[in-house]
Amino acid sequence: MPNLVRSRMLWAAVLLAVAAVTLPWWVSGYILGILTVAYYFSVFSMAWDLLFGFAGEVNFGPTFLIGLGAYTAAILDARWGPPILVCIVAGGLVALVGGLLLAVPALRLRGPYFGLITLVAVLLLQNAIVIFAGITGGEIGMTVPDVMSVSAEQNYWYALAFLVVCAIILFGLSRSAIGLILQASGQDAIGAQALGFNVTKHKLAAFCISAVFSGVAGAMLVFYQGTASVSTVVDLGVGVQIIIAAVLGGRRTILGAVLGAVFLIVAGEFLRPLGQINTFVVAALALAVILFFPDGLLGNLLRVRERE
Amino acid sequence: MVWLQILIDGFAISSLYALGAIGFTLIFGVSGVLNLAHGGVMLVAALMGWMLAGEAGLGTWLGTLLGVLAGLVAAYITYLMVVRPIQRSSAIPREEKEIFVLTGTLLWGIMIQQGMAYIFTDNPVTMRPLFPGVATIAGVRTPLNEVMIAVVCWVVIGLLWFFVNRTRAGKALLAASMNPRGLTLLGFELSRVYLLAWTLYGVLAGVAGVLLASFLGVSSNNTGQLTASAFSIVVLGGLGSVSGSLMAAYVVGYLETITAYLIAPTLRPMPALVLLVLVVYLRPQGFLGRR
Repeated sequence: MPNLVRSRMLWAAVLLAVAAVTLPWWVSGYILGILTVAYYFSVFSMAWDLLFGFAGEVNFGPTFLIGLGAYTAAILDARWGPPILVCIVAGGLVALVGGLLLAVPALRLRGPYFGLITLVAVLLLQNAIVIFAGITGGEIGMTVPDVMSVSAEQNYWYALAFLVVCAIILFGLSRSAIGLILQASGQDAIGAQALGFNVTKHKLAAFCISAVFSGVAGAMLVFYQGTASVSTVVDLGVGVQIIIAAVLGGRRTILGAVLGAVFLIVAGEFLRPLGQINTFVVAALALAVILFFPDGLLGNLLRVRERE
Repeated sequence: MVWLQILIDGFAISSLYALGAIGFTLIFGVSGVLNLAHGGVMLVAALMGWMLAGEAGLGTWLGTLLGVLAGLVAAYITYLMVVRPIQRSSAIPREEKEIFVLTGTLLWGIMIQQGMAYIFTDNPVTMRPLFPGVATIAGVRTPLNEVMIAVVCWVVIGLLWFFVNRTRAGKALLAASMNPRGLTLLGFELSRVYLLAWTLYGVLAGVAGVLLASFLGVSSNNTGQLTASAFSIVVLGGLGSVSGSLMAAYVVGYLETITAYLIAPTLRPMPALVLLVLVVYLRPQGFLGRR
């Protein structure tokens, strides 16, 4: 039965991916632009879901890792201007180092304390960016001299390819032995330890993986948008959106996070005519999903099938 | 002279922080809920108070009173429509209730913030002082309002202390924070105790909200900041410990005031954040927390 569900989900994902590939031939550049952002967001959410859904650690500061990656890439590009690829790799590496510095001591903490530390990390990063305005551009943000491409289609391909690669890696990881051990240590750390698994090591690995993907995605987003600013890659509000997307799509599904993120970004865009009230409506929708369908979009679909 | 000014300003700000954080810690202590809509509840009280006192022309005191009432209503809605449904939901596994309450209250807080911004815009507003006039303390001229706000904060905290320690209903509250099961065995209805806790919470957050509007002013943009500072004060003091929260409020309040006066106003939140990180790493239970 689980095999069947898995393969069905896989086929559905493949089908969606194929549909996404054909999009540039029949939709406008405007929609492609929205989807490009949504795809990067999907990677943020998937990386978050690996940490929360599987390792059972609530990371309130996904934007700490994203921001590190984004600003590293932006500063590197603005100062010395190496090839974009170098900047993106550097962004991923710095996010990894930052994630390690944050996680090694923080993983000793349990429950709300871990969440709080990650939250504070974001606030500190935000303050640091404002204080070192000379290098980072402060509250206004900084413009990078290079972008990946000026063509909406080209950017869409980059984002889609990146999303698919990340989804395959993260989904594969979550279904591998490592994913199962993570899930076990998230639900019953003592039990997992008694079975001889090194819980801390696995959680640390999950955090590092999450950090690298967040950092690289953050850096790529910068080279898509051409700017790095606090309000787009560091602000707590962005982190909240990432968390909402993951919970909305369904925890512990990885691929659900993609659905959640695309839904959230697209809904936010379509509700834009409502003006100021659109964030209100999106938050209300997300709250309703949490209250009435706590398993999320994909989680609910899977459950219905299991019952059949 | 500057030191005296820091002493007075810091005391007023710290008292307000203490009042804001004490409701937050009460709810956590009694029912284990971290209410991330805390800033939103304060915001409702502050903005409603400001609107009713000023534009509706009801006068400062009546507006203040109704503002507190609005905060209470917001707290009830938070509990009855967000927190309780999640706690009672059978679709959410028990070990995940906590993260759902966090996410749910966070979303509700965003809804309050955006709703308020839609109605009142996000311009910062300041209520007219509750106590106009100027007081001179040891040669430092201080607005009377500032002094009186600190006094009001302490009166409210004192009343709370009296209620919790000296009345039957208050003692039930205290017992619920120690051993909820024992309390039900004694024949108390736990849901009524929780409702009482949220009532107290609403009043505390409401008073803190209107005082904030009268002292520093509020804007719907600061909602997250309000929640974050209450959260960090409570963690510094030790989750669930009321005296710890009071202590932490003064530490944070004075640290911020000293930084703002002597170093730079822009660096205001930094030392408190660094202290918070250190405390969480070195002593996760906070100043006075139980483990």
